[in-house]
Amino acid sequence: VLHATRPLHTSQQSLAPLPPLPEKGGEVRHGLIPEEFFQFLYPKTGVTGPYMLGTGLLLYLLSKEIYVINHETVAAACILTVIVYAVKKFGPGVAAFADKLNEEKMATALAMKNEAIQTLQTAIEEEKKEQWRAEGHGYLFDAKRNNVAMLLEANYRERLLTVYSEVKKRLDYQVAMQTLKRQKEQEHMVQWVEKSVVQSITPQQQKESIAKCILDLKALSKSARAAV
Amino acid sequence: LPAAVLLKDTKLMDVKLGQLGSWLAMRDFTPGGIMGAVRRGYDRYYNKYINVRKGGLGGISMVLAGYVVLSYAWSYSHVKHDRRRKYH
Repeated sequence: VLHATRPLHTSQQSLAPLPPLPEKGGEVRHGLIPEEFFQFLYPKTGVTGPYMLGTGLLLYLLSKEIYVINHETVAAACILTVIVYAVKKFGPGVAAFADKLNEEKMATALAMKNEAIQTLQTAIEEEKKEQWRAEGHGYLFDAKRNNVAMLLEANYRERLLTVYSEVKKRLDYQVAMQTLKRQKEQEHMVQWVEKSVVQSITPQQQKESIAKCILDLKALSKSARAAV
Repeated sequence: LPAAVLLKDTKLMDVKLGQLGSWLAMRDFTPGGIMGAVRRGYDRYYNKYINVRKGGLGGISMVLAGYVVLSYAWSYSHVKHDRRRKYH
């Protein structure tokens, strides 16, 4: 349970994205005194005010010997000279080197960010392509449905044909049976007539017919001999 | 009204000279408060002079100068003996 007696999240601050670092730090004059001090004294004393203040302070410290001149002063003077000379001579080189390091860091970070963006872009493209392919599946299913319908149709027609041929075979059988029966009846009848006729031929008739045949043959041979 | 800001909330530069005593008395002198003040001061200095793209010499040189002054102040009782004049 949150007992909120003060309003929460009233400011626009949020942790991300971070604001970029400022380009340059606060201005410092002579490497020691911030510029704000000079601006603070400018309305009242003009440009030379802070330098006058500095000179007066220095003289005061020296005269009252709050700053004591001893061997350490000489050492400090030598060290300061060397430091100032080194800074003036090697400063820009070191600054350029540090800037280059910074640039490299920024470049790697930027490259990572760009790469991540690129991967996500390609992922989006791939996704869109997959969606388009999914649409194509509809056509595939239509074609398959057509195939199946054709198969069913072909099967149905085959079976119709089978039925027709079976029925025709049965009917042909019946027709063949009937013709066979008629044929047999006819043959039987012919044989029966022949048999009865042969039986009715008596021996007397046989002799007469043979004699007639011989007479006919003689006549024929005569006419034939005559023709030749 | 802008004039009705509490004394507690004014910054040091806006405090009038007469109110300085009461303003100092109102500050938080608990250990937590002192640590908080040190932290705030450090953050201000750091974000103004060091945590920038192209930091210059002034950032560290001011810290070193402050260290030099502080160490001179701590060793003054020892340096005092090198003075050339006894009375100023």
